[in-house]
Amino acid sequence: MDQLIYATEVLLNGLMTGVMYALVALGFVLIFKASGVFNYAQGVLALFAALTLVGIQQGQIPFAHMINAMFGTHLETFGWTVPSLVAILLTAMVMVVLAFLIEKLVLQHLVGQEPIILFMATIGLAYFLEGLGDVMWGADIKTLDVGLPQGISETIEGVTADWFGYGFFIDRLDLWATAIAAALVAALVAFAQYTKQGRAMRAVADDHQAALSVGISLRFIWVMVWSIAGFVALVAGIMWGTKSGVQFSLSLIALKALPVLMLGGFTSIPGAIVGGLIIGVGEKLFEFLIGPMIGGATENWFAYVLALIFLVFRPQGLFGERIIERV
Amino acid sequence: MASVPEEGVVTPDGRQIGGVLMEMKNITLRFGGVVAVKDISFDIRKGEIRAIIGPNGAGKSSMLNVISGFYNPQEGEVWFKGYRRGPMKPYEVARLGIARTFQNIALFDGMTVLDNIMTGRLNKMRSGFLAQALWWGAAEREEIENRAQVEKIIDFLEIQNIRKTPVGRLPYGLKKRVELARALAAEPQLLLLDEPMAGMNVEEKEDMSRFILDVNDEFGTTIALIEHDMGVVMDISDRVVVMDYGRKIGDGTPAEVRGNQEVIDAYLGVAHD
Ligand SMILES: Nc1ncnc2c1ncn2[C@@H]1O[C@H](COP(=O)(O)OP(=O)(O)OP(=O)(O)O)[C@@H](O)[C@H]1O
Ligand SMILES: [Mg+2]
Repeated sequence: MDQLIYATEVLLNGLMTGVMYALVALGFVLIFKASGVFNYAQGVLALFAALTLVGIQQGQIPFAHMINAMFGTHLETFGWTVPSLVAILLTAMVMVVLAFLIEKLVLQHLVGQEPIILFMATIGLAYFLEGLGDVMWGADIKTLDVGLPQGISETIEGVTADWFGYGFFIDRLDLWATAIAAALVAALVAFAQYTKQGRAMRAVADDHQAALSVGISLRFIWVMVWSIAGFVALVAGIMWGTKSGVQFSLSLIALKALPVLMLGGFTSIPGAIVGGLIIGVGEKLFEFLIGPMIGGATENWFAYVLALIFLVFRPQGLFGERIIERV
Repeated sequence: MASVPEEGVVTPDGRQIGGVLMEMKNITLRFGGVVAVKDISFDIRKGEIRAIIGPNGAGKSSMLNVISGFYNPQEGEVWFKGYRRGPMKPYEVARLGIARTFQNIALFDGMTVLDNIMTGRLNKMRSGFLAQALWWGAAEREEIENRAQVEKIIDFLEIQNIRKTPVGRLPYGLKKRVELARALAAEPQLLLLDEPMAGMNVEEKEDMSRFILDVNDEFGTTIALIEHDMGVVMDISDRVVVMDYGRKIGDGTPAEVRGNQEVIDAYLGVAHD
């Protein structure tokens, strides 16, 4: 009985982690569907967004380190701080500008190239952005606080203690992150399904020629999906950055999205959501139930093993389309 | 050859054919060493049904792709509504009021018939990104208005019963019809049809011919179409351009073209589908 209650707690935590995974995976899916690019830089995008957010919030002077080195100055900050909400909006704008530049400077020149070339380009982009983040905002570990509540939720602890005689430990930050991520996922789905631009985006994802013939500009759609992916990265960056500080390891959250995509299919929005939940719950439950028997630390690899086993049986993923060569 | 006076004519069946809507002047299009279109000139008049015919590989689709902006010719001028058109992207051409279908059908397979046809109206919808997010009401009203237009087209092409079907599941003949519907949804001034009847049985061809004539008649849409079936071409077109090996070898009314020796030669011994 106790075991069951503990498992429920683990399950809840898994679900919450899963929603975050789903969010990161969605960033990949949107870009992949609309432009056929597997965006290796998605994780670095989150890091860059978080760095920019902290930088703006704390009034850091961009490139200060570089300017100081070149001119022997001692610049650091503007001496002001920017309210969180404003800083988030400004960062979102930076991400849109970034999307525009990526399309203009990189993708536009690679139209019609093999997917592997586009993939390599995003690897280059990832390293470039990582470096740019360092140069612009400095390489030190930063704390990010946009005012999200943190710490154990006493309400939940109290309620569950009344019910089960055991109080669940649930972080309020996780609760908020889950709620925000879920809302964002829902908004994205609604956007894709019910708006003009969403319809155009789905059209581009389905057939480029046909999309052109009804007057859709592919470039506009690409800038749009990269902007959305940038925004998703920002949200993910805020959550993860708040939790464990803004540092290089933040970009590794993208690695968690990979098994989610293998499971859910690279082209499916519902797949990313369900895949994220399965991986989130799966890795937490596995660690809880099997972990102690085999020495723990299963969370690092469980997702990949699950995805690999899954791949053998259903290569296109849970909801993915069968890859059929088009002539 | 082409013998339409500047001010236009009234056809025997009483349709008004007006001045020049689109004019191609000395178009040459090459793919590497292949010359797909060789110094071709012709015009399309307002309200007419203009056919482009010729053996396989003659360059018909290439010509249509030049008109719709999918290919940009190396030489020649494209004039639309009295203005010379510079090099344009296909989506820009679409926004000028030129809609098209494809020889190999290009539909959005994952979407329903209704959604596919709705994409034809994307350029008629004005509500932007923020407007839709901030003022849902206006966007919704717009969606409803456009939906009503689309429903008219659905009725017109008699595809009511498949409205909610994902297009990928439809048989070939119906896909062709949905593609026509999507092109019509844009309310184009010029409609380009690349082999709208290819691969259809006799009955389907008759339906499609009727739809094309009805579109031309009811909406006054100018139509340029490529077709292999001579019977159909002679029945529905006002004037015909004949191509062979990238060149234009004939241009005139169906009767004129049929009597043209060069055209007859081009077709002799050539297998057609
Ligand atoms: N994108 C392309 N790249 C290279 N060559 C092309 C391309 N498109 C067409 N061609 C060549 O141009 C020539 C004309 O082709 P096009 O498709 O225009 O002929 P068509 O008259 O439409 O033939 P069909 O009746 O078979 O459809 C052919 O030799 C074809 O191989
Ligand atoms: Mg052709």
